[in-house]
Amino acid sequence: MGILESKVPEGTLADKWENHKFSMNLVNPNNKRKFDIIVVGTGLAGASAAATLGELGYRVKAFTFHDSPRRAHSIAAQGGINAAKNYTNDGDSVHRLFYDTVKGGDYRSREANVHRLAEVSVNIIDQATAQGVPFARDYGGLLDNRSFGGAQVSRTFYARGQTGQQLLIGAYSALMRQVAAGTVELHTRAELLDVVKKDGRACGIVVRDLLSGEVTPHSAHAVVLATGGYSNVYFLSTNAMMCNVTAAWRAHKRGAYFANPCYTQIHPTCIPASDDFQSKLTLMSESLRNDGRIWVPSAFDDTRPAADIPEGDRDYYLERKYPAFGNLVPRDVASRNAKTVCDEGHGVGPLKNGVYLDFAAAIARNGLDAISEKYGNLFDMYQRITGENPYEQPMRIYPAIHYTMGGLWVDYHLMTTVPGLYSIGEANFSDHGANRLGASALMQGLADGYFVLPYTIGDDLAGQLGNPVVPVDDPVFTTAVAGIEDEAHRWLSINGTRSVDHFHRELGRIVWDRIGMARNGPGLEKGLSEISALRSEFHSDVRVLGSADTLNQSLEKAGRVADFFELAELMARDALERSESCGGHFREEHQTAQGEAQRDDDNFAHVAAWEWNGEGTVQTRHREELTFETVALSQRSYK
Amino acid sequence: MSGSHGETINVTLKVWRQTSADAPGGFETHQQAISTDASFLEMLDLLNEELNAAGKEPIAFESDCREGICGTCGVMINGRAHGPQKATATCQLHMREFADDDEIVIEPFRATGFPVIRDLAVDRSPLDAIIEAGGYISVNTGAASDANLTPVPKAAADQAFDAAACIGCGACVAACPNSAAQLFTSAKIGHLGLLPQGQAERWSRTEAMVETMEEFFGSCTNHGECTEACPKEISLDFIALMNRDYMKAKVKNRGLAGQH
Repeated sequence: MGILESKVPEGTLADKWENHKFSMNLVNPNNKRKFDIIVVGTGLAGASAAATLGELGYRVKAFTFHDSPRRAHSIAAQGGINAAKNYTNDGDSVHRLFYDTVKGGDYRSREANVHRLAEVSVNIIDQATAQGVPFARDYGGLLDNRSFGGAQVSRTFYARGQTGQQLLIGAYSALMRQVAAGTVELHTRAELLDVVKKDGRACGIVVRDLLSGEVTPHSAHAVVLATGGYSNVYFLSTNAMMCNVTAAWRAHKRGAYFANPCYTQIHPTCIPASDDFQSKLTLMSESLRNDGRIWVPSAFDDTRPAADIPEGDRDYYLERKYPAFGNLVPRDVASRNAKTVCDEGHGVGPLKNGVYLDFAAAIARNGLDAISEKYGNLFDMYQRITGENPYEQPMRIYPAIHYTMGGLWVDYHLMTTVPGLYSIGEANFSDHGANRLGASALMQGLADGYFVLPYTIGDDLAGQLGNPVVPVDDPVFTTAVAGIEDEAHRWLSINGTRSVDHFHRELGRIVWDRIGMARNGPGLEKGLSEISALRSEFHSDVRVLGSADTLNQSLEKAGRVADFFELAELMARDALERSESCGGHFREEHQTAQGEAQRDDDNFAHVAAWEWNGEGTVQTRHREELTFETVALSQRSYK
Repeated sequence: MSGSHGETINVTLKVWRQTSADAPGGFETHQQAISTDASFLEMLDLLNEELNAAGKEPIAFESDCREGICGTCGVMINGRAHGPQKATATCQLHMREFADDDEIVIEPFRATGFPVIRDLAVDRSPLDAIIEAGGYISVNTGAASDANLTPVPKAAADQAFDAAACIGCGACVAACPNSAAQLFTSAKIGHLGLLPQGQAERWSRTEAMVETMEEFFGSCTNHGECTEACPKEISLDFIALMNRDYMKAKVKNRGLAGQH
């Protein structure tokens, strides 16, 4: 077992970050320009990091595989961003945000990281506002807040239902300002396909130009991966079509440990799949559960239209089972219960794969106008997608994967187990434990990018002063480039019978069935063999047409799906080893008499970080013990 | 409406194929049976599956979020940018907007500023160049004051948001007979120019962004096709605001007497 040094500073929790900022090594302003830093990904975390590092005077190269940094999937976040501003005077504080986040994560995150996140949350709101992010305001012109799941205070800042878009545009504009200033060199339509090391240290990356197919090496003193999460291993998720694990996975294969891959989050209110051609799932904001009542027909296979089913034949199962929280139970509880009733045969809709979210009572109580004012945009979007009018008939909803808490293991400096290689935002494993609270993803991405990494990266770079970057004609680069060129030709030469999407969809089915909302030992074992069998088929029977020297979307996807196959195996293995239920990881063997998740703190209060051991070899599981000095561990209950 | 689930229609697709920017392009015709529940892009996904199975290269088209917010998608559908449904990006368009036996002509966004990359994919990077020219407020990380120090009147904040809702898809340019980018550019100028935070650079920003826009795109002649095609229904008023600010900026930026 290797050594996982979290590098959490000494001192009391509230002083750790402040003291650490003082004790870290600094790079003086005139020396910053001597350092090259590569940032991969330009979502909230990547764009904010690249912009900030550029402002500090580092020479930054930013890479995105999109045509523009503004396309990153951060843009789709709807709800909001948490910050411990306490503008509402309802008793919020850095400590309360810290506490809620650790508890919401089901006690599987690192206290010191979460506390730092809560501390810098307030700076994010200041920064975004100064950039011109149009947060919602009250009539006095001051910032408005709303409440969100898992908290009893109003600390969520929002910009209509497009908070992610507005924050990303803010970070993107800061980035473009640095591009104009010449501190950041922007590479679009460039996909990372390898991380390069020399003498154990990250020294650069290899990217493929998605238009010309050209494979090029890039060297730097440090490499930062801000490449998002891996929900698309399920094929159907709320993530954008191009989201993938490739950058993180290839870093893993170069020595970066991958932590807690089994921690995945399902969102309870998504529009159910309508047919086999479904390409992705669309999320409907969780806020709908404030006014909608969730129910299914009591009888099996009841095909009457919702309006014809009398009250007595309906089962409002959340209100029945959880009288205290009712329809507002946390995401994981709402999701698992929807699965249970559908599995039992109570599902609604043509494919019987949904439950009703009914606004009839709210419309009767508050009037159509009031409901339309609150949710009009969402109702319109629902109607556009389903062709059904939610003012007249209940919405149909079903849970879907939309965020992954697992990711590359990082220490307190956000450095992976490869020296010089960092990971920020959803791509790393830190801060959310086994379950992320609503409105915390945007917070973490921007905290890492604006206020954490730009400080911590200097500590390591200070020791590199005077070291030139590894030249790109060094054998470590030429070998890596040749490997990536070979990979492209390998995909093109298989010439099998089925498309990349076919295999991706099939893989997604297995992962959803075996490593989805609920998992069990035998199912995970079966999943492992199913994944492995399908993977062999993929490598021998996939058909990728066209050539490598032009835009070739099938070729791009082939590499991404290959990495998803390997990740899926690790997810199953991680879920199998974690013989407890916690947050988004629900093992059916480990539940209370009431069917709630049962943690095993004696044996599993640790991070599982997996080390790659080469092709065809099972990864090694390392542990980072989690110690809780401030928060007392307890069982969550929402009855 | 629920009775319509699973209804299948047959459509004739005339799809633009072009292997590179310099190669000549042309239409290819395909018959497609498709459920009215499918999205427009899912129909193209299915067509690509069939092409791949038949040993033909799939059609290149771009999309990502498929929720109408990232701005990656966008094609001309029967001559209209993003197709027939108002306030709807291509990815949010569903086949129930079409009828049995319809012929659907699918082309890339047509604009001089957007060269074709392949098939339906175009290069919209000039839009980034406009932002790079000044579409930001210059505030380094850490230099911000408390967010509630400066109240912003709700009306200004709301109007700024209406402009900031732009997804950068380029439909406005594709819809314009002149391939002009006024709506895109004015949305950013309006967003920042309406906020107190944006005042310090208002005039330099406006001049720089407008002049960069003119390097790549045509001139506005007030057709209004842009706002019709815009998935976020951004108002022509922002173009008027930009034109006014540009005139003022040309005076102010010369530093004429008393003009600051």
